[in-house]
Amino acid sequence: MTLHAGVPETQEIFEEEFTDTGTWREGAMTTMKNSVPPLLVFLVFLGFWYLMTYLVLDPGRRWLLPPPHEVVTEGFLVWDTFLEIMEGLWLSTKVALMGLAIAWVIGSTMALMMSQAKWIERSLYPWAVASQTVPILALVPIIGFWFGFGVTSRVIVCVIISLFPIVINTLTGLLSADRGLHALLSLHGASRWTRATKLQIPAALPHIFTGLRTAAGLSVIGAIVGDFFFGRGKPGLGLLLDKYASRLQSEELLATVFVACMLGIVVFWGFGAMGRRIVGAWDPYWAGEQDA
Amino acid sequence: MAGAESVITFRETQMRFGRVRALEQFDLDVRRGEFVALVGPSGCGKSTVLRLASGLIDATGGTMDRATDNVGYVFQDATLMPWRTVRENVELLGELEGMDKAERKRKTDEVLSLVRLTEFEDHYPRTLSGGMKMRASLARSLLLDPELFLFDEPFGALDQISRARLNEELMALFGVKRFSSVFVTHSVDEATFLATRVFVMCARPGRIVEEFRVPFDYPRDPAIRYSTEFSKLAGAIAEALREAS
Ligand SMILES: Nc1ncnc2c1ncn2[C@@H]1O[C@H](COP(=O)(O)OP(=O)(O)O)[C@@H](O)[C@H]1O
Ligand SMILES: [Mg+2]
Repeated sequence: MTLHAGVPETQEIFEEEFTDTGTWREGAMTTMKNSVPPLLVFLVFLGFWYLMTYLVLDPGRRWLLPPPHEVVTEGFLVWDTFLEIMEGLWLSTKVALMGLAIAWVIGSTMALMMSQAKWIERSLYPWAVASQTVPILALVPIIGFWFGFGVTSRVIVCVIISLFPIVINTLTGLLSADRGLHALLSLHGASRWTRATKLQIPAALPHIFTGLRTAAGLSVIGAIVGDFFFGRGKPGLGLLLDKYASRLQSEELLATVFVACMLGIVVFWGFGAMGRRIVGAWDPYWAGEQDA
Repeated sequence: MAGAESVITFRETQMRFGRVRALEQFDLDVRRGEFVALVGPSGCGKSTVLRLASGLIDATGGTMDRATDNVGYVFQDATLMPWRTVRENVELLGELEGMDKAERKRKTDEVLSLVRLTEFEDHYPRTLSGGMKMRASLARSLLLDPELFLFDEPFGALDQISRARLNEELMALFGVKRFSSVFVTHSVDEATFLATRVFVMCARPGRIVEEFRVPFDYPRDPAIRYSTEFSKLAGAIAEALREAS
């Protein structure tokens, strides 16, 4: 049964759809537009690097900054070194992701509790903020003192450092649900559980991914810094950095720095991709976002 | 319609928020199948009347009696869930009220076609125009066939053209479903076009100051808005509203 035979308001919709999909040619253009400028910056950076190595530094001090191609040949093409760095990468990745996972469980639980009762929020919020202001370096020795100098302590550093953005973003998300929708659920006798699962958690998803992405980057930093201090057992990237620096192996050192950067970027990008995939269809922020 | 039973009755109802006297000595009867409009300056307690009527809040004095629990509430914003498609949004209240799946699907199909959104059922709200969002919001409430509809300035955020069209569609829906309603609006024109009775409220404290009967039969032709009789009535209501502000 149709009540009104007017012209449907379709125009806006079609316009929107065109900008959304586009042709493959437009897609390729967009990719170009987004990837060419950063690539240029990278080339400029490489040029600057060569400039520093060959023109600024005198030959006697050139070991301080070996040229990019030597970093590649020494750091990545010598099998033993490559293996050592990759093992360090694997360990640091494991530590960072374990820390992130634990922080996510704790942080989400905290945020969920805080969203359910004002008094819980009031009790926990200052501590969440405090966890951010405590200089992690000041805690590191105590963590080592209590939990030893192995993997456990490194994971704990990651948890502490990545907890805050998870709690804050998740809480903001859980509290972001529309008041009208809250009223609607009240009118239909929704339980606390229904309210959380049908309204608060879905509303929080975009914020949750923002928090996870930030936290993931921080967790990588935590893994490397923690490694730096807790030097027992197999070395992660932090210990390798320390080792190469003390032995003046600058090619290996720079190769490790590069790998550490890549880890941070990949983790950040990975959670970004996950966010786009899961909430990109309906959330304007995640839908509109280009790469990175 | 005189003598028909009341769907909702306010008797000397009072609502205070701390020291703010949102409503004082408020009396209102809405009879079954009647379309009542409330107009008044902002802050005069119109939304408060609806929140009391829906049971979201309880009066601090006097009484509010309602003959049905099947109440639909339409807000100024469409308040759709952005993560649900139009269809999923419309199904929401069915889920909350435990409507079984097959019935929910059948009713959803019915109300979607009623508001002409069938071809957009799989769209997310953000891709819809303001008017379409509002129609989705209407469809959501229609799913449960409410006996009493509460509208809180539902078309206030729309442009004139969409607003006029939605008024006509609401008129048509009212012709089919014959729900009772309390419709809050800023627009005298809208109130006069839709309602059987228009109440003018004033603020501090919020109460009704004048009542107008609208004599036109349903379903109303959009063209009545250009008639002299309509203009005269709307003029009188606008005058009362100016005095109340
Ligand atoms: N929850 C509340 N707490 C305090 N004051 C309120 C609350 N809700 C409404 N009011 C006050 O009650 C009066 C009427 O509000 P409302 O019903 O929203 O007016 P209207 O919808 O006519 O603009 C206003 O003065 C408003 O500030
Ligand atoms: Mg209001």
